[in-house]
Amino acid sequence: MNQNIYILIEHLQGKVAEISYIMIAAARDLAKETGGEVVAVLLGQNAKSLASDLATDRVLYTDHVALAEFTADAYQKTVASLIQENEPRAFLFGNTSIGADVASVISARLSLPLISSCIEINGGKLTSKICGGKIMAENELAEATTLVTMIPGGYKAEEGQSENPPEVLSFDAPALDELRVTLKEYIVPEAGDVDISKEAILIAIGRGIQTEDNIELAEELAEFLGGTVCSSRPIVDQGWLPTSRMVGKSGLSVKPKLYLALGISGAPEHVEGMAESEMIVAVNMDPNAPIFDIATYGVEFDFFDLIDPLLEQLEEIKG
Amino acid sequence: MTNIVTLVKMVPDLVEELEINDDGTDLDRDWLRLIINEFDNHAIEQAILLKERDGGEITVIAPEAEGVEDMLFTTAAKGADRMIKLTGDLEEGVNNHALARAFAERAKSFQPDLILTGVQANDDLDGPVGPLVAEYLGMPYVGYISKVTLEEGIAIVQKEYPGGLIGEMEVRLPAVLGIQAGEEPPRYVAISKVRQMMKTVEIDEQEIPELDLGGGIAPSRMYLPEAAERAEMIEGDEDEIATKLIAIFKEVGAL
Repeated sequence: MNQNIYILIEHLQGKVAEISYIMIAAARDLAKETGGEVVAVLLGQNAKSLASDLATDRVLYTDHVALAEFTADAYQKTVASLIQENEPRAFLFGNTSIGADVASVISARLSLPLISSCIEINGGKLTSKICGGKIMAENELAEATTLVTMIPGGYKAEEGQSENPPEVLSFDAPALDELRVTLKEYIVPEAGDVDISKEAILIAIGRGIQTEDNIELAEELAEFLGGTVCSSRPIVDQGWLPTSRMVGKSGLSVKPKLYLALGISGAPEHVEGMAESEMIVAVNMDPNAPIFDIATYGVEFDFFDLIDPLLEQLEEIKG
Repeated sequence: MTNIVTLVKMVPDLVEELEINDDGTDLDRDWLRLIINEFDNHAIEQAILLKERDGGEITVIAPEAEGVEDMLFTTAAKGADRMIKLTGDLEEGVNNHALARAFAERAKSFQPDLILTGVQANDDLDGPVGPLVAEYLGMPYVGYISKVTLEEGIAIVQKEYPGGLIGEMEVRLPAVLGIQAGEEPPRYVAISKVRQMMKTVEIDEQEIPELDLGGGIAPSRMYLPEAAERAEMIEGDEDEIATKLIAIFKEVGAL
């Protein structure tokens, strides 16, 4: 085994995903402890140019038609064979639609330990955030090559970017035949009636809103504030708002001037889409809700007790 | 006939206050209230939608935990055909590698065409269960799924990527799918129907003789997050808070 820290670079439709840069930043922290190098692994077809701004010591690149787009099968085979050949100290993946499909399968295939939902690496300690952001778990690297999936929040993407292109070395992909998963097509989301990523004022609702009827109250508030209603995942899963209004991991990332979070607990999957908001005001009954850790202002209150006086006072002001 | 196995686990209810045990290495499980993993609930809904559309049989497998029997009866009331509770050294919680081995062992005997489970659970520490089960059974895995259609020998699935992008994929069966959301929100069933199931349906208990924890990790420390900065809390009665909020809205130019 060597002391190097490997990272699986994630990219979609010709663009490196932000989590890749975040992982590079984390890997550099870990490499300081192990004394190894940071090595990015890039899989694709005609995708070598994506390596140009990766702040790593080296990039290992393989070009293969079966890797042109992400499919779990082809990625798993390629990464597994690379690990067997190079035996890095640790291998970082995004805890994402790409990374999570690869890391666990490799853990089972090669009998390697896996640490998931890691948010920060400090002095060789890997800290994971679980239970919707309410619990932290600390781990250390195991004896064998340790697989890690990372969530955003601990590092800025810029920390993993560099203006000096790294050295890119090519490697051969293993035999990629008998693939059981194939991409048929990408379906690009239909544009919604509004683009919430461009709105300055967002009124965000979560599970705490309880019933569909209550969305009207948020709409009323949004009208007074000249804002738009958006939500966390459960609201969209219930079919109460369209996907175009969803903030977070599978939804959109937003940076409004004001993000008013009503009944949103602040699970990491949601926070990654709104943490960069200029001001966050959170209303939640649960004093331990993680949303209060990132909000500028917090109100520990039942939204339903607050909404009437709030609308009444706004009515008075606006007439 | 499509043979569908759904893998379900109970997880901490995050509405409740969570506490850490005396060793500082795990959740304090004595007072922990458990609920069905919400993503597993979506997987159950997806399984039932497939059965309603194409026919088939649904087997639900879940490890023993507080509340698991109620959950299994509820699933039966929704339309699942066979309920299995895994017993053994499971009550204190077990890592996902061990659980996945147990799931794989039981699921195998039903020769499933399709295994559905939640894409993740809030207490996962060593990755989600689904891809581990897939690999132990030598099946392909695709996660973050929000739509499944079955055709001869394959599943056509919609896989979610950031920003609302969807990858439509073809997966050869048998396969394991990690469900992010079913095509419809999980249905509700009347309590009376669940009660009826309690009287008529039997939960099959199957013991896991030995748990293999390999590949999972045991955290050296678990703790409640201490935020470096916390929100400035606005205090007062509802009228005072409303007034203060309006002042903030003015300050950022929202009024």
